[in-house]
Amino acid sequence: MVHRIFSLVRKELQALLRDKQGRLLLVGPVLMQLAVFPFAATLEVKNNTLAVLNEDAGPESFELIQRFSQAQAFTRLLRLEGERELADALDRQRALLVVRFPPDFSRSLAAGKAASLQVILDGRRSNSGQIALGYIRQMVNTWLAGQRPAPAPELVVRHWFNPNLDFVRHIIPSLVAIITTISTLVVTSLSVAREREQGTFDQLLVSPLTPGMIMVGKTVPAILVAMFQATIILTAGIWVYGIPFASSLPLLYGSMVFYILAVAGFGLLVSSVCATQQQAFLGTFSFMVPAVLLSGFPAPVENMPVWLQRVDWFNPLQHFIVIVKGVFLKDAAPGVLFQSLWPLLVIAALTLTAANWVFRRRLA
Amino acid sequence: MNPESSSLPDVRPASRRGSLRRLVALCRKESLQIVRDPSSILIAFVLPVVLLFIFGYGINLDSTALRVGLVMEDQGPEARDFAASLAGSPYLRVIPAETRREAGHALTRGRVRGFVIIPPDFSENLKRAGNAAPLMVVTDGAEPNTASFVENYVRGAWQGWQEHRSERRGEPPAGRSVNLEPRFWFNPSAESRNYLIPGSITIIMTVIGALLTSLVVAREWERGTMEALLASRVTRAELLWSKLLPYYALGTAAMLICVAVSVFWLNVPFRGSWLVLWLVGTLFLGSSLGLGLLLSTLTRNQFNAAMAALNAAFLPALILSGFIYEIRSMPPVIRGVTYLIPARYFVTAIQTLFQAGEIWPVLGQSMIFLLAASVFFIGLTALKTRRNLE
Repeated sequence: MVHRIFSLVRKELQALLRDKQGRLLLVGPVLMQLAVFPFAATLEVKNNTLAVLNEDAGPESFELIQRFSQAQAFTRLLRLEGERELADALDRQRALLVVRFPPDFSRSLAAGKAASLQVILDGRRSNSGQIALGYIRQMVNTWLAGQRPAPAPELVVRHWFNPNLDFVRHIIPSLVAIITTISTLVVTSLSVAREREQGTFDQLLVSPLTPGMIMVGKTVPAILVAMFQATIILTAGIWVYGIPFASSLPLLYGSMVFYILAVAGFGLLVSSVCATQQQAFLGTFSFMVPAVLLSGFPAPVENMPVWLQRVDWFNPLQHFIVIVKGVFLKDAAPGVLFQSLWPLLVIAALTLTAANWVFRRRLA
Repeated sequence: MNPESSSLPDVRPASRRGSLRRLVALCRKESLQIVRDPSSILIAFVLPVVLLFIFGYGINLDSTALRVGLVMEDQGPEARDFAASLAGSPYLRVIPAETRREAGHALTRGRVRGFVIIPPDFSENLKRAGNAAPLMVVTDGAEPNTASFVENYVRGAWQGWQEHRSERRGEPPAGRSVNLEPRFWFNPSAESRNYLIPGSITIIMTVIGALLTSLVVAREWERGTMEALLASRVTRAELLWSKLLPYYALGTAAMLICVAVSVFWLNVPFRGSWLVLWLVGTLFLGSSLGLGLLLSTLTRNQFNAAMAALNAAFLPALILSGFIYEIRSMPPVIRGVTYLIPARYFVTAIQTLFQAGEIWPVLGQSMIFLLAASVFFIGLTALKTRRNLE
């Protein structure tokens, strides 16, 4: 039996690696995403344009503008004259935000009153705008603190696991999980659908292999391919992007196997219901896109409405990202990781059982 | 198919001219293929709505109730007062912890996104009013965006409390102060869904345009029906148009559904004109259908075409279109790449149409680029199709 499964795994790997186009598509996209994602998928604000409408003539506003222009977030300063230019700069997205000094800005400050400073943000980019507003607030406070005889008590902020709030440390672990998902789905669901469409699946069925063995034969290559791709990303994360690896590798790979099983179960389920590659592709897609979007990678899970968070419990990617981050960044204890691992076990059991059931019914 | 075209091929050059009747027949064949496959209906009508809801409810960057731990090592009245004002912040949900260890553990487990420590000497330090740091904030750096929001919100609560305190004690204001007055241009309530939902329509249309068409030509090659088509009198242009038009109709229908659901159900304000939206949508569909057909023609293999479409159309639309991630924050090389991605222009145009209305300098630029991209991809496909024929 082991021998039969082994031959099936070998055949499967040969089918994947046979032609150049196929090999290229297994490694190329991973490298491309490794090169692009860490730099592009960031919610940081830098290199932006700050527009200033200064209706004040005092030295204070000049001093503040000087400070703003030195910030990393704003590499370009756009000076505006009058309301019309202000509207134009925002309409045409020439600047992320406009800081407007009212005519009495310096006078109010000199009189010891609270001066008002208008900050106008582009609603089409409100997240970046709010982050930039935080920077402006901090720069104004630092400037004010320097003006006061007795500076006000400040708070001390520490960012654990990622002292500089570097987005790469958020992206690489998430990418490990996302790539694992994509390749597992491709290898399981699309390859079965291709065999069905080309008729070679019938040949498998008339062989002495049982449906269970076919499932194992399709799952093992998925584990191998997904782990290979995950290893590429891990290696690059540690050696190229310099993220310290906090915990143990066996812990990571061990939980990865369970995750791949959960996803493979879904992939096999899709492929056993679909007649054509197009259907399998769309089925895979309608699982993958929501899974990625609701994984906590683009936006935090806790921001979702409660009912959606409950539904999201069935999203294996969400739990796996927590595990990868826990192992990679937080050096979480195995007991802590198990909190996210047992949902994966439940999901894997559910999807594999369902896939097995459908496989037997449709193929027998 | 009409019976004439299955007869022996006529090799006279005159017969290679297009005929409207043949085009209609080919379009009909393609449409029947779409309608007969239930998965096409799924992708055109069900998936867009599902995705729209996921984007509408699931992708929310406005952290409104961040779970933050609080360790009170000082039980003095000042400390209690600050704890109360922290708990009163609409953005934070304060979860008390006994010790720093316990709070740290909750942070590692992801139960809280940060915690505030009020140290034992908090009250004393406040009296001295020096530069001593009376308050410590720890955040979960594994979620950098959330971490900076935790920092900002706690900072805001801290400042508000200090001002309130000095006011209550009748102290003169600590000297000069500046009130920041943030105001939003468009989108006054600053809800991220108001720009994320229009942006997500781009993703949905990329899926429909590029992913579906990436399969169609490859399928014909794989199944051998392409040879049958090429042996008939069908011209290149007819072949191309017959693949474009039915999927264009499908894409337009999906876009209409998306916009209708966003406006009438999810209540996203729409300030532009429907005509302009249709025009921009047409140009965008042109480019993404063209890209899909090109990949399909190049790979001639559904499996590879689908993988290529995923990487060349879907992921760039998600990551590099400026829909979630700010393009200006990317390094110059990647910023340069974004100029080549049609989704970038459609995101800008559709966000502008929803939030701001018709701002022609923005829309015009987007439309010109989308037109160029459509011509480029469709033209290249035509060129590659010719090579295949020979």
